[in-house]
Amino acid sequence: MNWADTILQGVLLGGLYALFAAGLSLVFGIMRLVNLAHGDLIVLAAYLILVLVDTLNLNPFIALVIAMPIMFGVGWLLQTYVLNRTLGPDILPPLLVTFGLSVVLQNGLLQVYSADSRRIPSGYLDTASISIGSLHVGVMPLLTFFSAVAVILILNRLLYATELGRAFRATSDDAVTAGLMGIQPNRTFAIATGIAMAIVAVAALYLGTRSNFDPTIGPARLIYAFEAVIMGGLGSLWGTLVGGIILGMAQTIGGAINPEWQILAGHIAFVLVLLFRPRGFFPRAVD
Amino acid sequence: MDGQTTIWRVETKTRASTAFAIVAALVICAGLAAPMYLPRATLQDLFFILTMLALAQSWNLLAGYAGLVSVGQQAFVGLGAYVMFAGVVLLKLDPLVAILLGGIASALLAIPAGIFAFRLQGAYFAIGTWVIAEIVRLLVAQWKMLGGGTGTSLPASTTRHMQGVDLVHRMFGFRPAQAVDVVCYWLALLLAVAAIFMVYRLLRSRHGLALASVRDNQDAARAVGVDARRLKALVYLASALVTGLVGALIYVQKARISPDAAFSVTDWTAYVIFIVVIGGIGTIEGPIVGVLVFFALQKLLADFGSIYLMVLGLIGIVVMLFAPQGLWGLFASRTGIQLLPVRRLLRGGPIKN
Repeated sequence: MNWADTILQGVLLGGLYALFAAGLSLVFGIMRLVNLAHGDLIVLAAYLILVLVDTLNLNPFIALVIAMPIMFGVGWLLQTYVLNRTLGPDILPPLLVTFGLSVVLQNGLLQVYSADSRRIPSGYLDTASISIGSLHVGVMPLLTFFSAVAVILILNRLLYATELGRAFRATSDDAVTAGLMGIQPNRTFAIATGIAMAIVAVAALYLGTRSNFDPTIGPARLIYAFEAVIMGGLGSLWGTLVGGIILGMAQTIGGAINPEWQILAGHIAFVLVLLFRPRGFFPRAVD
Repeated sequence: MDGQTTIWRVETKTRASTAFAIVAALVICAGLAAPMYLPRATLQDLFFILTMLALAQSWNLLAGYAGLVSVGQQAFVGLGAYVMFAGVVLLKLDPLVAILLGGIASALLAIPAGIFAFRLQGAYFAIGTWVIAEIVRLLVAQWKMLGGGTGTSLPASTTRHMQGVDLVHRMFGFRPAQAVDVVCYWLALLLAVAAIFMVYRLLRSRHGLALASVRDNQDAARAVGVDARRLKALVYLASALVTGLVGALIYVQKARISPDAAFSVTDWTAYVIFIVVIGGIGTIEGPIVGVLVFFALQKLLADFGSIYLMVLGLIGIVVMLFAPQGLWGLFASRTGIQLLPVRRLLRGGPIKN
């Protein structure tokens, strides 16, 4: 086993997991809502990009530019007409509604696209790689990682340097008082979920171009995203990236030792982190 | 009150509940005798309904009463089933003993699982339990003696020699395979009734009152000395035990196991959640109503595959959004009828009620 290569692959895989997790982290940070359909929404976005690429014969990256506003709309509608009704002190409604949504999405996709596994073609990028010393690194994994960094940079900038971000943070701290200051919490929530879904589209592009996907893989993506968020610490987006990298490294190292241990190693790393650092590595939110 | 003592009584009994107790006793008797007058296919349907009902009761206790929304109940179903298989195939135990072993194993799993999951609050608890189920599934898939990832079958001869099967075979003249179904059905009936009874007794006890107080206001409950954490741990353990027993029993009847089926989130958690939500979460009657609706929908839409699950999910969402108390809750709030009342009523004294 080539250690340097394994670790590098793990770090790059962590970028993908951070992309899965960024939207989840944002929504949780602002409205304390955990969307159990998050993974299925990533898969939905992957099918959306696949359809755009297939029918309009587009480059996947151009398809992403079209998919992002569509997914923003999906998120906005979902939050305005469904999820806003579930928010409150009781945690049951949002959990059960998003769980139901997960089942509906999964089976809806199965009905329309069958259980065949699919892949978004990305042309020569599929196999392109560059050499760093003795290591060969795929261009797609590198792009994934840098997209994750870019998404987190932009999100942090949005949260801490814009008026919208101030509204997000104010609503997160105290929705009622924010309301008194002229912020409409429900509208703020709808925009936040819209942004989360636009990020989901980015995650979906890399999910779909790097490996095969089918309608049933959503829940596993949700679990990876969740593990990255918790390991990183609630409320910190850079923490989420670190969590994703830990998960990615644990998986590649476990997989290098025995292919059957890949997923298991990731879960075990998560359990260990939670036992020794219950609040993750960079906790910010007080929950 | 000038000197006259007023007698207050705290009761949970209502007129409807007394009538229901009689009806329930009759239904249980009819259920016990069912193998005499129902065909085998109907008995298998009833087996399915009863096992789902027991799973639903235990999930309802967790989520509806203790506020612990678990999406990882398949961990206990799967482990219970696998330990039962190990007991029968590897240790050559009687399936009946192996079922008990499966239940105990699930309850034991609940200890480390609880220590881990209880570190997570609310929604994160839900996904945490799911992670645990995934870990157990992946570990069990490494168990090569039980077929690893592809699974294994229970030799037909082992269930044929299960305790009681021979007796049923000789007393009622059923063929051995049919006698196995009859014994499994009786066990399912026993488990479902026991689960309902257990939940009912628990909620009417001191602990039930404490549980309700924690649900309504955790801080106030703690202020009067309720140990919320210990109580929740107890409920988590009890529900794991029931879920494990049911899982083991289901797989005695199925006689074929694989990690993907035994740890299926759809079969053992999604269905159960929809049953409880549609019927009415936080009531004992709810899961009973829910399981009947669920079974009817399944019969109606069985030929449509994934559309069935979509419809179920949509109904679940609509119920949660517009009638979160479920079908039974709607009925009870209109009529005031409670068949298994756990609410304490103050009777007597000068107030008429």
